[in-house]
Amino acid sequence: MKPSVWVRMDTWVRHLIPATATIFLLLLTVVPTRLTVFADIAPMLPLMGVYYWAIYRPDLLPAWLAFAIGLLGDIVGGTPLGANALVLLLVQGTAAAQRRFFLGKSFAVTWWAFGLLAAGAIALDWLLVTLIVGRVVDPAPVLFEYLMTLCCFPLLTWVLARTQMAFLLDV
Amino acid sequence: MKQSSAAGRLATLRLLAHRFAFLMLAASAFALMMLGKADIVLVEQTRVLVVDALAPMLEAMARPAATVARVTSGVHELANLRAENARLREENARLMRWQTVARRLEAETMVLHQQLNVVPDPDPAFVTARVIGDLGSAFGHSMLLAAGSRDGVRKGQAVMSGEALVGHIAEVGVRSSRLLLITDINARIPVVIESTRTRAILTGDNSARPRLNYIVGNPAISVGDRVVTSSSGAAFPPGLPVGVVVSVGEGGYRVEPFARRHQLEFVSIVDYGLGGILPFERAPPDRRRRGREE
Repeated sequence: MKPSVWVRMDTWVRHLIPATATIFLLLLTVVPTRLTVFADIAPMLPLMGVYYWAIYRPDLLPAWLAFAIGLLGDIVGGTPLGANALVLLLVQGTAAAQRRFFLGKSFAVTWWAFGLLAAGAIALDWLLVTLIVGRVVDPAPVLFEYLMTLCCFPLLTWVLARTQMAFLLDV
Repeated sequence: MKQSSAAGRLATLRLLAHRFAFLMLAASAFALMMLGKADIVLVEQTRVLVVDALAPMLEAMARPAATVARVTSGVHELANLRAENARLREENARLMRWQTVARRLEAETMVLHQQLNVVPDPDPAFVTARVIGDLGSAFGHSMLLAAGSRDGVRKGQAVMSGEALVGHIAEVGVRSSRLLLITDINARIPVVIESTRTRAILTGDNSARPRLNYIVGNPAISVGDRVVTSSSGAAFPPGLPVGVVVSVGEGGYRVEPFARRHQLEFVSIVDYGLGGILPFERAPPDRRRRGREE
């Protein structure tokens, strides 16, 4: 039996949640918090969103969406166009290709792997921006941004996991 | 048997298509980097359009954030009430002395102006706008403002917070604009050391303290010197306070900006009727056009 229109629409809306949540994370990094700590450097929240969904629901956040979110980040953030897009695309590709390794593993393993992947991602971002701008970007804030991203990972994963449990458990 | 091999082939084909799409996306990312580097008008217009479309959402998100920030700073202020009071009393005493000096100088200046028939500086027109986006990132320092071309904002205008220079307008949409802070890696501000009149270019590098480059004139710059804008290049009106020199060591001359980035909620976009720092909107110089005709 074919499901009714309402059921299908409900499923459709639920399937939009990973992308919407990641875009929301992107906008959240832009909000002026006016806290001294976050003023200069905000954690790379969209990176975590893309990583999480690439492992647990790669069907709902495919490569092209990661690319689009990265591009949106470049546009809103005023960074060179395409840099963030490429970084998020590669993060999605790598995480989705290795997702069998993560399923059923402990959280510490996921965190450790995120640390490796985020280091690669932020180093690539640094390299791209340096090449495009034509001057060496100060690496100290980049390192700080990386550490901050790493520290925020458990909290954000918890939030995303709750979101997945609430909306996407059986669709 | 036949069916399963067909399914297998289909799966292989799908995998190949998937890989191909991935490679295409990566290639288009590189293509976009090239396009962006070439400074094409279309790229800038697209950026502006997207930011314009997002502006109402960002503004809605900025308001609760401002409320939270106000509450936290309120708690912080209460905790430091005594120390703050003592500091203010001391500062007040110092400023009172300055006030006496300033009054005397003001009277003197007025007399001199009258004797020399000085034409007074025009009063600037300004627009005050809310900060709706603060792009805290190691790769770029800019802010989004909730005012655009319909409010009279133009590219290159100086942006100030109180008396201090914050940056300039880099992109303008209909209802939003991008403010490039003086600390951004792309920011170049012609400045002058207030006491020695040494000219320099203040170059941002995405750190909190921009650097003084291309120093012309008396190179005796010391810690504590005030840095103000100069009229070089007719980009900014002269004399807007920018910051104070904080280090003169190995890393070059570093300037601590007066504007506190994390405290900015509203900024003023000031129009002095000057060309602005970005000459892109002007026609190309005559020489180049003539060269093409030949």
